[in-house]
Amino acid sequence: MLRAQDLKITFNAGTPIETRALRGLSLDIPSGQFVTVIGSNGAGKSTFLNAVSGDLPVDSGRIEINDADVTREPVWQRAGRVARVFQDPMAGTCEDLTIEENMALAQLRGARRGLGRAVKASMREGFRERLATLGLGLESRLTDRIGLLSGGQRQAVSLLMAALQPSRILLLDEHTAALDPRTADFVLQLTARIVAENRLTTMMVTHSMRQALDVGERTVMLHQGQVVLDVSGDQRKGMDVPDLLAMFERVRGEKLSDDALLLG
Amino acid sequence: MSLFSLLGALEIGLIFSLVALGVLISFRLLRFPDLTVDGSFPLGGAVAATLISGGVDPFTATLAATAAGAVAGLVTGWLNVRLRIMDLLASILMMIALYSVNLRIMGKPNVPLITEPTVFTILQPDWLSDYVARPLILVGVVIVVKLALDWFLATQTGLAMRATGSNGRMARAQGVNTGAMILAGMALSNALVGLAGALFAQTQGGSDISMGIGTIVIGLAAVIVGESILPSRKLVLATLAVILGAIVYRFFIALALNSDFIGLQAQDLNLVTAVLVTIALVIPMMKRRLLGKKGA
Repeated sequence: MLRAQDLKITFNAGTPIETRALRGLSLDIPSGQFVTVIGSNGAGKSTFLNAVSGDLPVDSGRIEINDADVTREPVWQRAGRVARVFQDPMAGTCEDLTIEENMALAQLRGARRGLGRAVKASMREGFRERLATLGLGLESRLTDRIGLLSGGQRQAVSLLMAALQPSRILLLDEHTAALDPRTADFVLQLTARIVAENRLTTMMVTHSMRQALDVGERTVMLHQGQVVLDVSGDQRKGMDVPDLLAMFERVRGEKLSDDALLLG
Repeated sequence: MSLFSLLGALEIGLIFSLVALGVLISFRLLRFPDLTVDGSFPLGGAVAATLISGGVDPFTATLAATAAGAVAGLVTGWLNVRLRIMDLLASILMMIALYSVNLRIMGKPNVPLITEPTVFTILQPDWLSDYVARPLILVGVVIVVKLALDWFLATQTGLAMRATGSNGRMARAQGVNTGAMILAGMALSNALVGLAGALFAQTQGGSDISMGIGTIVIGLAAVIVGESILPSRKLVLATLAVILGAIVYRFFIALALNSDFIGLQAQDLNLVTAVLVTIALVIPMMKRRLLGKKGA
């Protein structure tokens, strides 16, 4: 469960280029829910995600994960509660380490790291099984450096790694945006499967309205650092991109003019 | 080249292979350009020589020198992690500071160890002459250090340390306290350099304030030479490679200095080092260009 209350973040405060990225954003995500977050450029999607992960400190407001206040915890301390897949496929894995070393690193997310062997023989079987579910043939390449893999393969492994350890919330940061359409589709389907299998509380930020409505069970739209639309259940079923746009215009009294958002 | 100078080169090469392992940790694994070693190497020598000449048991003195190196590395890491001073600058500050610290420790520019016992005189069997015994003892030390380092880097903490250097953001997202890892890695790296300094002082008959000049370049040279002799992403081989690199490098230096026809003298050592490192850095680039690939 995630509870974000009245989050405010301002960049370059007090200068001519002051940007109020989050202006009192509040959002509750109950346990096990898969929420997609959309919004045009500058709406605050990434800022919000980075605030939840701990990459960006908030100026004010409160972030709770399963009733624990994590507002002031640095990234590494929250990592036990938050799993994350980055937009850049290179960012979520260590290219100098092997596939099994990357997975071993993720297996201990949020746990104490001692002087036991990082990669144990007993762990390899589990890694192989999970990698086999990808259907990419990676199960026979455990000791290959992950830098040898393609962007899509690395993103798929990142997803597996995020689900290796039970986390309270999974953050997906436009994680298909840097992939070609076919690979993006594959990673998206994989996402839906992994989220469903592990019943993960998930927040997926995306640029594409289509994608936002296709996956998950609830869609939230951000605009100027606040939540402006929040649709789920029957209202969301059968909803199409134009419906969402019309709804936005009704609520805001203005037209959305972001090509990326409309064409995506 | 005589057997005598050959064994001498092996001896110094083995000592510098400890420096090279330290440089491997900072430059390669943590990606932290650390010049502290120019100060922590003579620091190790100063601590060991001062303690030994003060009557302390050489093993304890060597251990203390190793610990002193670790503290120096910790301070550099702390300047970078907590005070957010740029990594290179933090290490330069520490290097400069250590010059004064080393003079304070010794109380004079050099502390001779001619008649005092050293770890080498204690371990040396009666039937073996010192110029054979010293390299043999050092081989043992280097093997133990290498195996211990290999073991550590394969542990959960070691893996977290490698991830910190490779992709800090990812490491943090996996719950690694990257700041602590940098501190620990810098301490480990400079502990090895401090140990090398202590052993160097005990083989060379004393500690000298200027014995640290160029340590980092020699360490880097060893790493680069090692990587070109034995290019491998496997850590067990990478640690072996830098050890071989340090030894091979010393042989080349000895060869250059011993060949009368080149006309080089001992004071040309640092120039030769700089030239060799430059060549070693340029060769991979030339290779790429010749192969028609884009330069990095």
